[in-house]
Amino acid sequence: MDTQPITADKAHAAHREEAVYVYEAPVRLWHWVNAFAILSLCITGYLIGSPLPAVGGEASNSFLFGWIRYIHFASGYILLVGFLLRVYWAFVGNGHARQVFAPPVWKATFWHELLHEVKWYAMLVKEPMKYSGHNPLATLVMHVMFVWGIVFMIVTGLALYGEGTGMGSWQHTLFSSWVIPLFGQSQDVHTWHHLGMWLIICFAIIHFYAAVREDIMSRQSIISSMFSGWRTFRDGRAPEDGHG
Amino acid sequence: MTETFYEVMRRQGITRRSFLKYCSLTAAALGLGPDFAPQIAHAMETKPRIPVLWLHGLECTCCSESFIRSAHPLAKDVVLSMISLDYDDTIMAAAGQQAEAIVHEIVENYKGNYLLAVEGNPPLDEDGMYCIIGGKPFVEQLRYAATHAKGIISWGSCASWGCVQAARPNPTRATPVHKVPGLANKPIIKVPGCPPIAEVMTAVITYILTFDKFPELDRQGRPKMFYSQRIHDKCYRRPHFDAGQFVESFDDEGARKGYCLYKVGCKGPTTYNACSTVRWNGGLSFPIQAGHPCIGCSEDGFWDKGGFYDRLTDVHGFGVEANADEIGAKAATVVGAAAAAHAAVSAVKRARQKGGDV
Repeated sequence: MDTQPITADKAHAAHREEAVYVYEAPVRLWHWVNAFAILSLCITGYLIGSPLPAVGGEASNSFLFGWIRYIHFASGYILLVGFLLRVYWAFVGNGHARQVFAPPVWKATFWHELLHEVKWYAMLVKEPMKYSGHNPLATLVMHVMFVWGIVFMIVTGLALYGEGTGMGSWQHTLFSSWVIPLFGQSQDVHTWHHLGMWLIICFAIIHFYAAVREDIMSRQSIISSMFSGWRTFRDGRAPEDGHG
Repeated sequence: MTETFYEVMRRQGITRRSFLKYCSLTAAALGLGPDFAPQIAHAMETKPRIPVLWLHGLECTCCSESFIRSAHPLAKDVVLSMISLDYDDTIMAAAGQQAEAIVHEIVENYKGNYLLAVEGNPPLDEDGMYCIIGGKPFVEQLRYAATHAKGIISWGSCASWGCVQAARPNPTRATPVHKVPGLANKPIIKVPGCPPIAEVMTAVITYILTFDKFPELDRQGRPKMFYSQRIHDKCYRRPHFDAGQFVESFDDEGARKGYCLYKVGCKGPTTYNACSTVRWNGGLSFPIQAGHPCIGCSEDGFWDKGGFYDRLTDVHGFGVEANADEIGAKAATVVGAAAAAHAAVSAVKRARQKGGDV
């Protein structure tokens, strides 16, 4: 253990790798299916709003825009089904599976620790607290930007889809019939659906950056955990959220 | 008792044969089965003509212009003689005191038995002084005429949504009929469009008179039979949309070949109306067929949804005027730049830590 050379500072000192199982298989599977669905939805969604240059030839020879829309709708359904299963898993899975759905905003310690995390990002404190799950800042951002962002996109998306399937379809009855008057008219729902996409994209940028940064600089593993499910720690001290 | 529709038609020289034909045509136009033709005939033979007050607020008369051009001559004649159009200041013979007296007469004599058709809407600012009818604010005439009406027909986008006079910043506070404060609580049917399609207008009236009730309405109060589908859903250019063949500008090859007008701002995909099925001027054409994108004139607030030729709507606020994708791309760039800057600072910090300079 003491053979660790050269960089003998705290972060790099030899330590035992404690590990705890955090992300169960359904959560990991959902995470990656969801990620690819979002990627596909963003690309096709953008192309629906700003189509590619016109293709020539007979209309019967081509179905380009039809395919773009089809992929968008199919990915949307995959995302929807995944999200529903994910919500189900929040009830039956382990404690970590519930975390992003119910941030404990009523607890003073949550806000206190969130402030510490903000300070860590502002580089005002030397080390972050240690969590086996998400830190409070991550929990809040995921809850607000991701969970509600996805709910918003599912609701507006189904409302727009219901316009095509028409009156009498479940999409129209459950969504279009009230969402479209709520926003004013169909065009407004389109506009908000676009803005929602950019919210998700902004979330994704923050998510990638924070995951990479924390993986390098914080006291626990991040990226590999979403593949293996195991959270490993770089020091032997107990995590703040006591899940360890 | 006033005459029945049938009596009026016979008096005008319409044969029973053409009358029955009209009934079948009307049943078909309303999307009803063949069984309904005799019902329509029976109703027209037995029901008295219903008085209609057709009021005009802030408007341009395009609804009236459309209405009098209802394409099937028989339908037009019948509708104009069918209803007892007692007051319509644009096309009535009487004027001044005489004309205004009719409103009073109808309201008093046919309590609960007349239809109130409203073209245009009242401005509410300055106590309604921006629209004066017969020396009084229009909003007062509207409230008075609505008191004992059987129901209210909101003709066109003005009465239904507000239209151009209610476009931002709506200087006179023009207000659609269903939002007028203090208006008697009556059933309201909206027939939006700028103007609505003539045949849609006549069909709505025919339905109300025949069945003595409003046709089935959607959640926003529009008759489902004409406003349940988007123009896009029945557009004859839809195959070009699915193929990805778009008009890029109005003088290009695609425009000449009749490609889809989606990229030059066609609002067909977001507009509920019957233009692509009923069409205009006797089924001759409609805007998209003439090579122009739909401007969405039957939709709520269509004047405020950015340029008619833009696919994406401009969003207003915080002094910004940009469409959702421009705003989003800027936000994503800012977030990305912030992440990059933060990463750089983090890297420097980490490098210094590694160097022992904590």
